[in-house]
Amino acid sequence: MRMVFADTLLELAKQDERICLITPDMGYGILDKFQKTFPKRYFNLGITEQNCMSVASGMALNGLKPYVYSIIPFVVHRCLEQIRVDVSYMNTDVKIIGVGSGFEYGAAGATHHGTEDISMMRALPNMTICAPGDNYEMVEIAKLTAKTKDPTYIRIGRHNHGILNHNKIELSKASIIEQGKEIALIATGNMLPVAYDFAQELKKENINPTLISMHTIKPIDKECILKLINDGYKIYTFEEHTIIGGLGSAVAEIIAESGQKATFKRIGINDKYSHVVGSAQYIREQFKLDIKGVIEQCC
Amino acid sequence: MHKKIRELILKCANSSKASHVGSALSIVEILEALYFNVANISKDNFNKPNRDRIILSKGHGSLALYATLALKNIIPMEALDKYLVDGGVLPCHIDMQSANGLEASTGSLGHGLGIAEGFVLSNRLKNINSRIFVIIGDGEFQEGSIMEALNSIGSLKLNEITVILDNNKFQASAATKDVADVNNYEKIFSAFGFDVESVDGHNVDLLTKALNKKSQKPTAIIANTLKGKGFSFMEDTLESHYIKIDDEKMKIGLTELENV
Repeated sequence: MRMVFADTLLELAKQDERICLITPDMGYGILDKFQKTFPKRYFNLGITEQNCMSVASGMALNGLKPYVYSIIPFVVHRCLEQIRVDVSYMNTDVKIIGVGSGFEYGAAGATHHGTEDISMMRALPNMTICAPGDNYEMVEIAKLTAKTKDPTYIRIGRHNHGILNHNKIELSKASIIEQGKEIALIATGNMLPVAYDFAQELKKENINPTLISMHTIKPIDKECILKLINDGYKIYTFEEHTIIGGLGSAVAEIIAESGQKATFKRIGINDKYSHVVGSAQYIREQFKLDIKGVIEQCC
Repeated sequence: MHKKIRELILKCANSSKASHVGSALSIVEILEALYFNVANISKDNFNKPNRDRIILSKGHGSLALYATLALKNIIPMEALDKYLVDGGVLPCHIDMQSANGLEASTGSLGHGLGIAEGFVLSNRLKNINSRIFVIIGDGEFQEGSIMEALNSIGSLKLNEITVILDNNKFQASAATKDVADVNNYEKIFSAFGFDVESVDGHNVDLLTKALNKKSQKPTAIIANTLKGKGFSFMEDTLESHYIKIDDEKMKIGLTELENV
């Protein structure tokens, strides 16, 4: 998926000379084409995440469209205060690209896991947050966000799964992947294919859930969620992220203020770091975020 | 002009009862040299792409910047009456949305150099050759992001950037040397690839001369200053960071200014 992003950005950069790419020494093998095509617009500024974010802000204030690319904990948490002041507060057109959402960098350990980023970025005013669930969403989100002037965080995750979303994508508009009834599965990022597989399992039991891709987590599609509440859906959220402050929390807030009752469950990481040694998929299994674990948690 | 800037600082501090007066007073001559002698910034070009830019990275010294911008007719003099009062215009720490001529929102330390680097890298892409000046504090020098920025600016040889270190020797809670005893800023800047010069930070002519020097490297000017400069009741004290200017202090201060 990160390669799809890099290819899309390269195409966008051919059309928009304001686009620049900053990296604190990440993206080996991923950003090479951009670097080769636009050497003057590619900046490896060294392992200086805080400085990279301030530099991006300065570039944006000066009329460019900088993208800052790194692994999530480094491009979000390490420089969160720079994001808060130089991007969010100053409302600069900086696009923050975080790769390795959830347990994607599984074997690298929790220092490299992106498991609390949505919560932190959601709290920042002016910030748009997107988490594509398939490569089609990745391409469309890259294109759509390139047209905005808003501070934006794009959370990129796993690849090599099929295209699930065949809708026309709009930012802040949930995509209905499958229309069903009574149960709504709302997923974001890496969990979209898992939620899809779960929907297929339910269908075998003659339960037809509605499957929704919430590719934009902020501003969230409140209208979509209110409709689910009004229609009496049992709602499940799926995210490879802590259940505190992420997609599940965003949906819970809407439910809580709707004045209506809803049966609701958040599937995500239950307020824990991984100390598990193993691959991303192995860690997902330990955290019950694979299809088997999801069935266990939901049924 | 520095006398006029000090007078405005004192009056604003009196009407707003704001703190950080000492931090503003130490950079008065630096701002005079920059805005009135060196930088290409005026009321006619402060929004033009090719202007020089001045970033007050130590954003708590804002009062000196507001006073200078008012004297440059970039912000209206009346805005100073709306400094740090309820429903006012100018905040304690700089919000670039609050007035003209503010290049960045600062107040959190260690941001200005990176933003300056962003200005220069984008200016180079646009073939604009203008100078970027960044004023940082000696306390601020402790921020890790400063090291990141110096490393990068020095490596990229961004000679459009001039850093002015306001070496007023006090930070928020102590004398700087009692917290982080950096006794050789020159060596550090030099090691990062900067041309360095130390000057009396209250001598406008010497500052102007140092700021006008051309170099193939980025430049650092260590401006040796006094916190609370110009007023006997606070000069060279930690307390000047917090002092409130009551009517009596203002009266004494205005008399001292006249007698300079």
